[in-house]
Amino acid sequence: MIKSSTLQWLGRLAGASALACAAGSPAFAQKGLDEPFQGPFKQALAGKTVAYVPVAMNFDLTEGWFAGVKRGLEPYGMKVVVRDANWSTNAGAQAVTTLISEKPAAIIVHNPDVQTYAKLLQRAEAEGIYIIQINMGSSYRTSAFVGANWIEIGERDTEAVVKACQGKSNKIAIVQGALSAAASAYTLKGVENVLAKYPEVKVVSSQAADWDAAKAKAITQTVLKQHPDLCGIVGFWDGMDIGTAAAVKEAGLTGKVFLATSGGGEQKGACDLVKSGAFDLDLSYDVPTQASDMVAIIKWLLSSGMKPGTSKGSIYTTLIPVTKDNAGIDGTCWKLEQLKKQ
Amino acid sequence: MKPLRITQQGIVFSIFVVLFAGFAVFLPGFLTTSNMLTLLQNVAVLGILGLAMAIVVIGRGIDLSLIAALAVPPGVVLQLVQDGHSLSYALLLAALLTLAFGLVNGWLIAYAEVPSLFATLASGLFLAGLGQAALFKLDVVQWSPGLEGFEGLGQGAVLGIPMPIVMFVGACIVVAIFLRRTRFGAFIYAIGDNPFAARSSGIPTRPLIVLQYVLAALIGMLAGLVLAASVNSMPTRIYNSTLIYDVILVVVLGGIGLAGGRGGVLNVVIGTLLIGTMLNAMTIMDVSYSGQNLVKGVVLLAAVIADSFLNPRNEETAQQGDI
Repeated sequence: MIKSSTLQWLGRLAGASALACAAGSPAFAQKGLDEPFQGPFKQALAGKTVAYVPVAMNFDLTEGWFAGVKRGLEPYGMKVVVRDANWSTNAGAQAVTTLISEKPAAIIVHNPDVQTYAKLLQRAEAEGIYIIQINMGSSYRTSAFVGANWIEIGERDTEAVVKACQGKSNKIAIVQGALSAAASAYTLKGVENVLAKYPEVKVVSSQAADWDAAKAKAITQTVLKQHPDLCGIVGFWDGMDIGTAAAVKEAGLTGKVFLATSGGGEQKGACDLVKSGAFDLDLSYDVPTQASDMVAIIKWLLSSGMKPGTSKGSIYTTLIPVTKDNAGIDGTCWKLEQLKKQ
Repeated sequence: MKPLRITQQGIVFSIFVVLFAGFAVFLPGFLTTSNMLTLLQNVAVLGILGLAMAIVVIGRGIDLSLIAALAVPPGVVLQLVQDGHSLSYALLLAALLTLAFGLVNGWLIAYAEVPSLFATLASGLFLAGLGQAALFKLDVVQWSPGLEGFEGLGQGAVLGIPMPIVMFVGACIVVAIFLRRTRFGAFIYAIGDNPFAARSSGIPTRPLIVLQYVLAALIGMLAGLVLAASVNSMPTRIYNSTLIYDVILVVVLGGIGLAGGRGGVLNVVIGTLLIGTMLNAMTIMDVSYSGQNLVKGVVLLAAVIADSFLNPRNEETAQQGDI
C-alpha cells in the first residue's frame, strides 16, 4: 500500500517538472547577485559605539534625539551610550575628555556654549573620532553639524511678528534665553537683521530670561503693564515662553499680542500650546528629523572610512512653522512617548 | 542720652524708601497701581520661600533643600494628574512626600546632629535627583486638563489683587501668628538665641527643630504650587538655578541674622520689597542682564558694608558661620 504522503510528494514532483519543461531553459537560472557594498557597510557599523553628550537629559529635545539615534543605529549592532552633563559645563567637558581615551567611533555633542568644548573636539577628531554637533555648535567646525539655523529662526519669527504688527502700535518685545548660549545670541542676530529693515518697529524691551518660564513671565508682565498696546513678542524657546504666554493671557491680551517662538516641536510643548492660543507661531526644528539626519551622517561617515575632519559639512534642519492651521493635524508634532516605544 | 541704634532692617528699609521714591519721581509708569501689583506678584513666590527660610534661620539653622521642596512635590502633583490620577489624590501624595522629607531633614539635624548646612544640602540633592531619575518623564512637567481650575492658585485675582500676592499675604499672616502668638514660635526664638539655655529650661528642642523643617518643606511646596499654577507648568530644573541664594539674600538682607533668634516676618517683607523694586524698575528701564547684576551687587554690598560699620560684631556673641 502506498502512503498518502508519498502520493502527494509524487504529485508535487510531477508539477515541478512540468513547470521546468515549460520554462524550457535549465532549472538553476535564478541565482542571487552579491551587492558588493552592503557587507563592508555592516562590518563598518557592527560593534561600534556612538557616545552622546547632551547638556542635560530629561527634556524633550535631548530625550528625543537619544531615542531617535538609538532606533536608527542599534539594529546595526551599534551601541549608543549617553554621558549626561546635567547642566554642568565642567561635567560635560570631563565626559568628552574621558570619551577621547575610550575611543568611540563617533561622539554626538550638544555644546553648552561656543568655546568650552572647541579644543576638545579638535583633539577628538585628531584621535580618529567622528564628531557630530547637534543644534548648538561650537566655534570649531567638525565632520558634521546637524541642527537649527538660529539666525533663520530669529529672522522668520521677527518677520511674522512685524507682519502681525502692521497697522498697530509697532511696539515689540524680545524675550531672550541665556546670555552665554550661542543659540540665544545667534537668534538675536536674526532678529536684528530683520529689524534693520523696519525702522518704524520699536523694541520696548529686550531682556534675557535664562530659559526660565517664571522669569519670562515676570518680565513680560512688567512690560505689558508699561505698554498695554504691545503688538508682538519674539520669544527664543517654547519651553520658556510658556511663561511669556501666561503673562499675555493674564493681561487678557491673547490674540492681541502676537507671540512667535521656536522649539523642538513636541506635541505637549508645541502643537497643544499653539492650539490653545498661547503661541501664534512656533517654528519647530523637528527632533525626529534631526535624529534621522544624525543617523544618516553617522552611517555615511563610518562606511566611508574617511579620516575624521577631512570633510566638514552642515545639515541645517528644515523648519516647520506650527500655526493654528496645522497644529491640529496629526503628525505636525511628534510625541516623545511614541518615539521612545518605537 | 540713649544713642540711636541703626539696625540692618532700618538700613535696608531706608534704601528701599530712597529707591522707591526715586523711581516714583523719575521713572514714568513705575508708580501706578497696576505696576505695583505686578512688582509684588513677581516676587511673591520668592517672599513665600523667604518665610520658610526665616522660620529655620530664626531657629539657628539653614535649609538649602527648600528649592527641592519647591520643585519636586508640585512636580509630582502635575505628573500624577498627567498620568490620569485625580487632583486630590495627587495633592495628598505630594503632601505626604513633603511631610516625610521635612521629617527626614529634621531628624538628621535634631537627632543625628548633622549640621543643617550639610544635611539639607545632601537631602535637597537627593530629592531633586529622585525627581529627575524616577518621578518625572521630562524636567518641565506640563499642565494637563485634569488640573482645570487649579491654576486659580497662581493666576487670576481676588478683589483686583493677583492670587500670588494673596497667597504671600496669607502666608505672612499665618507665619507671623505662629512666630509671635504661639508657644512654639516663642520656643523657636529661644532655641535660636541659645539652644543650650533653651534645653536646660525644659523646652523640647529636638521635636521643635523637626517641626521647623517640616514647616519649611510644606511652605516650600506651597510656593511651588503657586509657581506652577502661575506658569502652567513645573520647570523642575529650577533646582539647578541660583534661586536659593536669592532666598537667603531676602532673609539676610531683611535683617534676620544667620546667628538665629532675631527678626521676623516684617524683615522678610522688607527684603522682598527691596529685591522686587530693583527688579521691576530695571525691567522697565530695559537695563541689560549684566547691568542688572551689577546694580544688584552694588546695592547689596552697600547694605552689608553699612551694616558692618554701624553694627560692628560683638566678639562675645559672634559665632562660627555667622554671616
